[in-house]
Amino acid sequence: MSKSKATNQTMNVLIVGVGGQGVLLASQILSDVNLQVGNDVKKSEVHGMAQRGGVVSSHIRFGKKVYSPLIPNRQADVILAFERAEALRWVHELKPGGYMVVNDQIIMPPIAVDPKYVYPDGAIDELKRKVENLNVIDAAGISEELGNPRLANTVLLGALSNALDIDESLWKEVISRRVPKATIDLNLKAFDRGRGR
Amino acid sequence: MNQKILLSGNEAVAQGARAAGVGFASAYPGTPSTEILENIAKLPDIHAQWSPNEKVAFEVGIGASLGGARTIVCMKHVGVNVAADPLMTLAYTGIKGGFVLVSADDPEMHSSQNEQDNRTYAKFAKIPMLEPSDSQECYDFMGEALEISERFDTPVLLRMTTRISHSMTAVNIKEWQAVEVTGFEKDIDKYVMMPNFARPRHQVILKRLERLQKFSEETSLNRIEWGDKKIGVISSGVSYQHAREAFPEASFFKLGFSYPMPLKKIAGFTDKVEKLIVVEELEPFIEDALKNVGIPCEGKKYFPIYGELNPSLAEKGFMEAGFLTAIPDDGAEPVEVLPRPPVLCPGCSHRSVFYALKRMGAHVFGDIGCYTMAALPPLEALHACVCMGASIGMATGISQVQGSKRPVFAVIGDSTFLHSGITGVLDAVYNKANVTILILDNRITAMTGGQQHPATGKTLMGEDTKAVDFVALTKALGVEYVEEFDPYDYPKTQEILKSATKREGVKILITTRPCMLFPGKIKDESYRILAADCNGCGVCFKIGCPAISKSGDVTDKNLAVPVIDETLCTGCDLCAEICPVDCIFPVSELQKGEEVTS
Repeated sequence: MSKSKATNQTMNVLIVGVGGQGVLLASQILSDVNLQVGNDVKKSEVHGMAQRGGVVSSHIRFGKKVYSPLIPNRQADVILAFERAEALRWVHELKPGGYMVVNDQIIMPPIAVDPKYVYPDGAIDELKRKVENLNVIDAAGISEELGNPRLANTVLLGALSNALDIDESLWKEVISRRVPKATIDLNLKAFDRGRGR
Repeated sequence: MNQKILLSGNEAVAQGARAAGVGFASAYPGTPSTEILENIAKLPDIHAQWSPNEKVAFEVGIGASLGGARTIVCMKHVGVNVAADPLMTLAYTGIKGGFVLVSADDPEMHSSQNEQDNRTYAKFAKIPMLEPSDSQECYDFMGEALEISERFDTPVLLRMTTRISHSMTAVNIKEWQAVEVTGFEKDIDKYVMMPNFARPRHQVILKRLERLQKFSEETSLNRIEWGDKKIGVISSGVSYQHAREAFPEASFFKLGFSYPMPLKKIAGFTDKVEKLIVVEELEPFIEDALKNVGIPCEGKKYFPIYGELNPSLAEKGFMEAGFLTAIPDDGAEPVEVLPRPPVLCPGCSHRSVFYALKRMGAHVFGDIGCYTMAALPPLEALHACVCMGASIGMATGISQVQGSKRPVFAVIGDSTFLHSGITGVLDAVYNKANVTILILDNRITAMTGGQQHPATGKTLMGEDTKAVDFVALTKALGVEYVEEFDPYDYPKTQEILKSATKREGVKILITTRPCMLFPGKIKDESYRILAADCNGCGVCFKIGCPAISKSGDVTDKNLAVPVIDETLCTGCDLCAEICPVDCIFPVSELQKGEEVTS
């Protein structure tokens, strides 16, 4: 009888947020970077109804050979959460000892106008209790300092890159290819700011 | 040219079609299939078109194939129901240019009204089926499917699922090939399906199935991967990937060509393993076929018959079957976090209509599109939704039996109306029904991401074309009362809805505001709440606008004061129109006021 396989060589990254936040672009860049270093890569997310302000989650898996496009339960090595409540919603998918990056932002779901539904105000404290390796980052604040509110995405990618053994220059090459030309320099600065954290 | 790139299954189907010399592609948009045609439209040498519904898409596909072009027709699983009529008989006539029907199923119903398993259609229509398990196979199988189609003179079903369509995996891209359009050749016995010609064709199909069965035994699309012989796993599509993930040491029989099934080859595999386990999503399609010929196996005993499979569910099934032992799970329990259901966009032109319908206490028969979300809180103003076009029939039926004492409305979007609403109107007029039909015309197929349709004036290829005139169309169908109205004018909206219900016969009301997202984002000046004047009544919360939330402040009666997110507000002004104390204004007006006071 075989032992159940809790892990294999595959690296699992879960990126979560709210429709319209740029989860899909971040997961695209992470996938491209890994394809370039010669990894097998699978990336999965669901389009359609969820995009209208719903929860968005993207599974990115890479390694020598990847089978399922979905991360098994509680096997995420890294979670990048674009929003506080979403971080809390997905934190149980993190492996023990895993790394979590949380964008310190609140996006109030419209349903919260109903007193039945309460936004978790203490989300960050609860995450701190649950995750040893937690990186809370004010990506919106950093992007504003850099002069363009649309850079939050890249700041977060920079923070995520700390957890992966991939050459910095490769990240920058892929980012330069994926973002609008006029914003390349700013995006690279944003990446550095995130990576420095 | 040989390069490895990441493609979604849908992109890979598009690229694979181009590589295999496809000359014609048609579809009606539907998640998760939509991006196939959107990607084909970007490629050279293929005529790609949106048709008004899947049946028409399929029928123009038949024409293209009979004209000798390699053809693909793409749709979501429920779209195949609409196209089932021509499908069942194209199986009889056979094809000329290779013909592939791509069906993208939606296990888990991420964006669908049911999760039917379309593998059943292959057996029903007696046509071969291929099931890719990643994007590389989507790319390669497209060419294989066209070859099989031409070699065996049959339409072929390429069956995808959401996880295959929307996952990105690495693909090796090959050279493109050009395939000539060979031209139509008259063959009345083959192509005219009246009884005396159809009877012998059914015999032809049965012979064809025998030949396909033999092909299935031999093709490398069905392969064995030997591992531990204590367990043999048979699987197809994305289920194969989940099963391999969960149990990499097992022996695998991977079905790529899954109808007709290679039963002899499977029997041979079964002989060499101690136990055969079938891992498949949804219906026991493989399991039933094997049990039918006496191959001992187990499947649905351990793996769910509903929802989407994933590696953890696959692992759980292997544990229950006694092949894997559970390791103690010390993982954290999920935290209860408030839900974040999808919502109508800020400024959506559907919002005021549903708010008015709710205030009227109407019974609303809805349809498939963004507006189905009006069934969710806080609006909860849509009370039935079955399939594309059903709203009009349902509202007609209830009015024929006087089954509701409240005002009854059918609500249908522009694209859905053109898909299958027109015949519903015809029926209502013909049978003298007493019914009010709202066409929410936002001039795009919005739910699936903004596709053109016959009333937008643009084709999929971006060319200008004729645009249907809904007023002229419905009048021509015999509707005497047809009115257009601006849904941003809330009092007028209320008035027109009320007055229509007081009239006899078939009434059609058409909205005149475009979608906020497609083809381009619309954003006018934002509104702002004068918090000092707000009494906390909460009426503006009831319209479900994502731009309006609680500010955190309360009135002296401890009621929540709302705030408008000015980056999201599009200036539709519905909240200002319904505010009973009149404390919501355009930002510039408030600023002007401030200047005056200071």
